[in-house]
Parts: sequence; C-alpha cells; structure tokens
Amino acid sequence: MTREEIIKPENLVYKKTKVLTDTVMHFCPGCGHGTTHKLVAEVIEEMGIQSETLGVAPVGCAVLAYNYFDVDIVEAAHGRAPALATAMKRLRPEKFVFTYQGDGDLAAIGTGETIHACNRGENITIIFVNNGIYGMTGGQMAPTTLEGMVTSTSPYGREQQFNGHPLKITELVAQLPGTYYVTRQAVYTPALVRKAKRAIRQAFEYQKLNKGVSFVEIVSNCNSGWKMSPVKANEWLEENMLPFYPLGDLKVPEKE
Amino acid sequence: MAKEIKLMKGNEAIAEGAIRCGCDGYFGYPITPQSEILEHLTLENPYPKTGMVVLQAESETASINMVYGGAACGKRVMTTSSSPGISLMQEGLSYIAGAELPALVVNVVRGGPGLGTIQPSQADYFQTVKGGGHGDYKLITLAPASVQEMYDFVELGFDLAFKYRNPVMLLSDGVIGQVMEKVEVGDYKPRWTNEYIAKNHPWALVGKPESRGHNIITSLQLDPVVQEKVNHKLQAKYKVCEENEVRYETFQTEDAEILLVAYGSSARICQKVVQLGREAGIKVGLLRPITLWPFPKKPLLELSKQVKSILTVEMSAGQMIEDVKLAVECRVPVQHYGRYGGMIPTPTEIFEVLKTL
Repeated sequence: MTREEIIKPENLVYKKTKVLTDTVMHFCPGCGHGTTHKLVAEVIEEMGIQSETLGVAPVGCAVLAYNYFDVDIVEAAHGRAPALATAMKRLRPEKFVFTYQGDGDLAAIGTGETIHACNRGENITIIFVNNGIYGMTGGQMAPTTLEGMVTSTSPYGREQQFNGHPLKITELVAQLPGTYYVTRQAVYTPALVRKAKRAIRQAFEYQKLNKGVSFVEIVSNCNSGWKMSPVKANEWLEENMLPFYPLGDLKVPEKE
Repeated sequence: MAKEIKLMKGNEAIAEGAIRCGCDGYFGYPITPQSEILEHLTLENPYPKTGMVVLQAESETASINMVYGGAACGKRVMTTSSSPGISLMQEGLSYIAGAELPALVVNVVRGGPGLGTIQPSQADYFQTVKGGGHGDYKLITLAPASVQEMYDFVELGFDLAFKYRNPVMLLSDGVIGQVMEKVEVGDYKPRWTNEYIAKNHPWALVGKPESRGHNIITSLQLDPVVQEKVNHKLQAKYKVCEENEVRYETFQTEDAEILLVAYGSSARICQKVVQLGREAGIKVGLLRPITLWPFPKKPLLELSKQVKSILTVEMSAGQMIEDVKLAVECRVPVQHYGRYGGMIPTPTEIFEVLKTL
C-alpha cells in the first residue's frame, strides 16, 4: 500500500480543526492549554460559528491565544478580558463572545472584572484554565495555589497564615444570579477530554439563550512550573488539585 | 430648519454630543465633577432611539477596558471621568494607543494630587500630553473652553480618533463641566452600520469571513526588532498628526508686546485680562491652544519674535509652561502664574501680575 493510497478521505480518522491556525503553539509539552484550545476550536467549527465568534485573549500562558484561534480576536490587558467581552457582546449581541483566561488573570488581578461581568449576567462564555500557578512568569504563587504547595514565591510552601487561602472563584461565581451555567472539568485523560468538550459545547450553545455567563473551569497542570514530568504532573493534579477543586457541574440550568 | 439651542451644563453637552453624533457606546463610573454625563445619558436612555449602549461599569479600570473591547469592534465608544479615575485608566489608554484603536476619553479635571478636591484644576496636563501610561505613545488632546466646545469636540474627537486610529483625550475641567451656557446642538446622526464598519475599517473585529485571515488586535510584540518597528510606525503617525492637527486661536495678538498663553477655562479668564490690560494701555494678547497635543509650537515661535515677554496662566503649579518654553526656544522670558488645588484665578489678580512684566 502506497502513502497516496492511505491518504484518502475515507481513511481519515483525525484532522486538525480549521479553527486552529497552523501556527506552532508555544505551550510546554504536556500542558493542558493545547488540549483546551483544541476543544474550544473544535466546538466553534462544529457549531459552524467561526465567522460569528469574537475572542478575547488574556495575559498569562495563553497570551498568544490570538495566534492560534482562527477567529477575530483581541488581546486584553491582564485580568480585563471580561470587561472587553462585556462591551463586545453589548455592541455585537448577535456574535458569540468568549474569553480564555488563566487563574492569575481571572482570579487575582481580574477578580473585579470577573465578578461584575458574571453578576451583570453578560451573555458571554468564560473558559478558565486553573493550574494553581503563574506559569508564564516562571511559576509564582497564584490565588489558586494549594496550601503547602511550593512555588518560586512560596519556596517553603504556601502558608495560610501568611498567604491566605486558595481561592475557589468558580464556587464564588456560581453563587451569582448572573451566571447560567458553571462547571469544572479537566483534560488529562481521554475520557475527561470528551466530557470537557461537551461542557464547552454547552457553554457556547447557552449564549443563544441570552441568559447570562456560561463559565467553564478546566483544572489543569503546569509541569514546568510544578517542576514535574508531564505524567507526574497529571498524577499530582489528580491527587492534590481535584480533592480541593472537585470536578463536576456547579450550576446547571433548571429544566424548563 | 431653525437652529436648536439648549441651555446646558458642560457635562450634559458631552452626553448630548455623544448621543447626537452617532456614538455606539458609553462606559463610565461616577465621579465628581462629571457625574452628570452618566446621569444625563441614563436619563436620555438613547438605546431605543439610536442603539447607543450606556453602561455603568464597576470601576474606571473596567470602563476603559470596555472601551478597549468596543473600539476593537470598530465601534465609536467613549468613557469619561475625573482626575483620580483617569489615573486608573492609564493602563487601558496605553493598551488602546499601543493597539492603535480609536477611542474618546473625557477628563473633567479636579484638583489633586491624591483624592484632592472636587474643585476645578488643570493639573493633569503632564499626565495627558506627556504619556500618563507606560511606553512611547501620544494622546490627541483637545481642550474645550466653552460648553459649545464640549458638545462640538465629542464628534471632532471621534473623527480624529478614527482618522489616526488613536485615542483622543478631551481635557476639560470642573469649570467647563459645571458651568451652564447655551449650546447649538446638531441633528441626530445615525450610528455606523456593521456593514459600514466591516467595509471601512478592515482591521475591526466583525467576525472572520472565509475571504480573509483572522483580525488580531494586540499591543504585544515579543520580538524587540518588531516592537521597535511598531514604535517607528507610531512615531511616524504622530508626526503626521503634528503637521496636520494643530488647533489654536489668538485674541488681540496683532500688536501684542506681552503674550498670555492659556487653555480651557484659564483662557476664558485671560480674555478678560486682555481687556483689562488694553484698557490700561498695555499691549497684551492671548494665544489659546485648542490642541494641547499636538501643541501649537510654530505660532508660538512666531509670536516670540514679536513680544517681549510671555505669561502662562494655568490652574496648576506650571505644566504647560514647559511646552511654551520649548516652543519659543527661550527667546523671550516665560513666566507662570497659577492657582491650584481647586482654586481659580481671578482676572484682577492675573492683571496685577501682568503689570509687573
């Protein structure tokens, strides 16, 4: 069998979604960002809304998201993505507007913008990747860093007495009347990837209803920042992150 | 049709000017002495009539970033605030300037530093024309001196913002914001359609069609070689702006031996000083910069060849005076008279200074 005979449409089992560009991603091998990008892009393609989608990129590891998502997209200031998305959706209500943010961006410097966009019930989708650390700047303590966790700015482990508690911002936004759908997912196993994709699809579908924010947290790893191999990082995630950030839906719309 | 004349505050004129010129969105946060802008907009409720979005944000930081998002979509969007709030917006202004987006920001200046006072001031000149936020960027800065100009400069500000894809600052103060004068208002102009934006502003985020690549709005360039090129492009744009957009007016400068230089409400006060001076036989004139950046350097240099001294009058400890000195290349003595911290100079006290020159 020649190569040409193999490369036929009927033999095709996987193809990169057209909503991801061909730009080589800068993410570290083993990082959950690449998978999460792929899921968001696949959902946009499958819904046929590429030309109807406007994206907002964060500051942090996903700062270059605008080079990867093949949609019209703006790069926000650190933490301000929900403010940009608010105006974009208000001024173009027929579009699908999403932000893609990390935990430093969304739960530290951007807490105000996050809470108020969620509380106003903006009809946007927020994709929130939580790896408990500032990855881009070299692994500093984040608001989501677990107690006892070693980072470059908590070298002896995060101490509650000095550094306060890890922030469960997803639980917080789920309390707000302006959120319509709030869920926490992960992407470190194939089964979880499929589940996370269904959640992201749901989050984008809900924008059609104009009922408020749909918020998807992805609990992820940071093998570089955590100073672990990708496999070890995923094990650590399961053993340490998930007990504190349990997976599942926090808020689902009532059946109408 | 007869001209429509309204009696309104400067702040209300900003709001009315926005609604009537086809503004798409206003995002703001209350702060004295400019809260009437948001109040007037919410009272007028333009959305059902023109489709203009008016939203009270949770902070000035959020306001300017909402403006950033709206501007990225090619919309005519604005925010307004007063000094402490404008300080909070500096990050966003730097991003908007760096991303080359059009936007309109109004500062109804109050006394500082810190929380300061709610009374009028012109002490935000440096912040506005010398940077304010980080990086090499410029804000096109218009200084209205009447309620009519508060109204007119909203549309002018949007026109300049889109002409240069650059944020425009309307640098007002508590006097112009609060004073009531009659204003000739224009007809309601329709907002741009989404089709118009897609056609005329190809950089705007409108949703990527199959026919083109995706539009990216960013101020990030990790490669310093590219970042320097971006900066060169910005500087080239600023140069064109300096060549074409200088605005100023003169008042009895033809035979002047003493020149007053003042902008905004100080310029209004200085008109009276010119009158007092002329009555006392002093040949005094006034140059009023309308654009603070680009600054009217050339007309000042020309006048410096004619006058024997210059007095700048500002409601600050002396900020614009530095640009006046640079413009006249120290050919003539330049002195400053200012009241600040919310105090307003009277024509008489300026006249007393004038007599000593």
